[in-house]
Amino acid sequence: MKVVFLGATRGMGRALSRRMAERGDELFLLGRKESDLSTSAKDLEIRSGGDASVGFHLCDLEDPSTFEAALDKAEETLSGLDAVVVTGGLFGKQEDLEQDLPLTRRILNVNFTNTILFCEHSKQRLLRRGGGTLCVFSSVAGDRGRKPVALYGASKAGLSHYLESLDHKHRADGLVTICVKPGFVKTGMTEGVDPPPFAGEPDPVAMRVLSAIDRGAPMVYAPAVWGHVMRIIRFLPRFVMRRVGF
Amino acid sequence: MTENKRRSTEPTLSGWGRLSVPGREVRSEDLAALSLNAFLFRGLGRAYGDSALPAPGQTDVATTTLGDRLLDFDPVSGVIRAEAGLSLLDLNRLFMPRGWFTPVSPGTQFVTLGGMVAADIHGKNHHRHGCFGRHVRRLRLRVPDGRVLWCSPAEEPELFWAVIGGMGLLGHILEVEFSMLPIPTPWIWCESERIRDLDEFVVALKEAGPHWPYTVGWIDCISTGSKMGRGILQRGRFAETWEAPPSDPEEKRRVSIPFELPSWALGPLSVRAFNMAYYWKHVRKKQAGLLHPDSFFYPLDAVNDWNLVYGRRGFTQYQCVLPDSAGPGAARRFLTLLTSKGGASFLCVIKDCGAQGSGLLSFPRTGISIALDIAVRDNTRQLVDDLNELVIAEGGRIYLAKDAFTRADHFRRMEPRLSEFLSIREKWDPERRIRSAQSVRIFGD
Ligand SMILES: Cc1cc2nc3c(=O)[nH]c(=O)nc-3n(C[C@H](O)[C@H](O)[C@H](O)COP(=O)(O)OP(=O)(O)OC[C@H]3O[C@@H](n4cnc5c(N)ncnc54)[C@H](O)[C@@H]3O)c2cc1C
Ligand SMILES: NC(=O)c1ccc[n+]([C@@H]2O[C@H](COP(=O)([O-])OP(=O)(O)OC[C@H]3O[C@@H](n4cnc5c(N)ncnc54)[C@H](OP(=O)(O)O)[C@@H]3O)[C@@H](O)[C@H]2O)c1
Repeated sequence: MKVVFLGATRGMGRALSRRMAERGDELFLLGRKESDLSTSAKDLEIRSGGDASVGFHLCDLEDPSTFEAALDKAEETLSGLDAVVVTGGLFGKQEDLEQDLPLTRRILNVNFTNTILFCEHSKQRLLRRGGGTLCVFSSVAGDRGRKPVALYGASKAGLSHYLESLDHKHRADGLVTICVKPGFVKTGMTEGVDPPPFAGEPDPVAMRVLSAIDRGAPMVYAPAVWGHVMRIIRFLPRFVMRRVGF
Repeated sequence: MTENKRRSTEPTLSGWGRLSVPGREVRSEDLAALSLNAFLFRGLGRAYGDSALPAPGQTDVATTTLGDRLLDFDPVSGVIRAEAGLSLLDLNRLFMPRGWFTPVSPGTQFVTLGGMVAADIHGKNHHRHGCFGRHVRRLRLRVPDGRVLWCSPAEEPELFWAVIGGMGLLGHILEVEFSMLPIPTPWIWCESERIRDLDEFVVALKEAGPHWPYTVGWIDCISTGSKMGRGILQRGRFAETWEAPPSDPEEKRRVSIPFELPSWALGPLSVRAFNMAYYWKHVRKKQAGLLHPDSFFYPLDAVNDWNLVYGRRGFTQYQCVLPDSAGPGAARRFLTLLTSKGGASFLCVIKDCGAQGSGLLSFPRTGISIALDIAVRDNTRQLVDDLNELVIAEGGRIYLAKDAFTRADHFRRMEPRLSEFLSIREKWDPERRIRSAQSVRIFGD
């Protein structure tokens, strides 16, 4: 599989790109720091065990003007395209975001507007080639309006909504859209936040997402237990949600 | 060190033995940035005692596990360079199928490269390949004055050999470059044998050394008299291609201990029963065959969080080496003292060590190493004191990566190299920017 990967430098993206490289997928990395991208590309090359080289190009989710050139370069280097994976995203604690509206604006832009724009570019390219897979990391935080994630959750709710629609619209054209909804996973993003029960690790998430990609599942909770947790939370009545703190 | 407090709200941190102190971990993928103002680096926290715990008055330790990228690998020479947080689990998973293995392995895969260097770990092949540090070519280090520099046996050699086995106190290790060991297959050919008593054991280990790269013994350290030190000796080597199954070993499933067991679960009776069972499980006197590498190198890794079986009070491991100069009866004198003090242990590992390496505070030296787990009780400190007195009298020493109870003056008396180590530390870190709970306990700061 020829995969363009936005967000492979850290966290769940690092874990997922490694599992892909180890099983022989061809990767091209996009991200915002050149030195980090080249170190991650080398890590993936060594892990893949072959002599395939992993290319990379700058692409910043805060700057949509970088998308076209980055995707051009990726398609050209891979000489093809089967899948686009997006794990890039920003998180902020509700208290901090309320105090810092410019940061709120950045997070809403990156997670919602710009991720969707990036998906639109990717979608066109995949459709032009007769389809493929678009796998994007949203969050359980987008499933239900909740006090501690009002702003971050809103950006992810919008993204999940878009991804579901895209899957309905283009499945028949051969484009499979996968919305990944991680629960709490211990990565740099959640560093300093006290882990709740069921906190997961990146590698098991990666394995689960990889299997969703192979099966073409439109939506996946990861780690799996979060599917059960969210099934309950989704059905809690409003008056309960108003009282509870989560 | 205080015992675990169940309901305290302040975050606590512990070593593998679960004795905890106030503290918490901070993590980042960017080890260079993480190291800038760090008091202490920590890997996967598999040191049993307080080596990777913050000094009193400090809380944060910087955990390296997110900094785990492979940076370079030469498939011809087997030289590899990686960030210090890379786990041995990852390294083995990736490289054993390709014919490369870590030159030296501890008894668990849940360690980082940084921890392997800092403790200068040894393994079942110590008699042949020495400690991990012998295979390290270069280290990238954040030294206490804030600079980042490379050190190796040729560049800053004095610093290099103090970092090897220096328990993280001479600088934060950012990258490790070392040579791996070529292996014909990932499978192990293992022969094991029931041994009747301790003296026979010491002889059998020494005899196996020249013929086998990996040797280790598990002894029953409860039985006394003529049965004292009976146990199972394992000798192993990597299987050749014609002996091994055609496929690579599958990743082993691990079970978990779901909760902390009550402290009485490991009382003297269950320990005695376990030791008997372990010995007699080995029905025939001699067995031989192919083994999954995990079963040979990492039997304890089959159970996640097995340290929970020791209950709320946790446990400690006591590991010492008794030099050959102490004579053949040293191991027996040690076990006699242990059993007379009621120091029951679940399993006790015995291994002959090869010559002392160049790591300045590195643990092994020519002799017999004995390691045993001891559940913490009211008398544990006294027991460790008594064992230490004997080890000093025999001219031996203890292993810092396992230790939580040794007194400063005991350590000084068993470690003639200490003053040299401390003067190098004084030179590189006069302000003591890097400290651990252990450095304060044993070195005074
Ligand atoms: C089941 C089990 C079996 C074991 N078997 C063996 C054995 O056979 N042989 C053996 O030698 N040891 C053995 N050990 C001990 C273990 O190998 C060492 O304690 C090792 O240091 C643990 O590595 P870690 O990554 O968990 O380090 P930690 O426990 O997190 O830290 C250990 C020390 O290393 C320092 N350190 C860690 N990373 C860095 C870094 N990047 N830079 C500077 N300092 C750093 C810490 O400050 C601390 O002093 C065993 C431990 C267990 C739990
Ligand atoms: N961790 C969780 O508990 C959790 C829970 C639910 C959902 N999620 C979502 O899952 C995804 C991955 O999370 P994670 O925990 O793995 O995060 P992470 O460890 O912070 O990694 C985020 C990745 O995104 C990249 N990135 C960030 N901003 C970018 C930008 N402007 N342009 C390009 N790349 C950018 C980062 O690259 P740099 O190296 O350049 O920073 C990094 O590779 C995110 O969308 C997150 O919202 C996470």
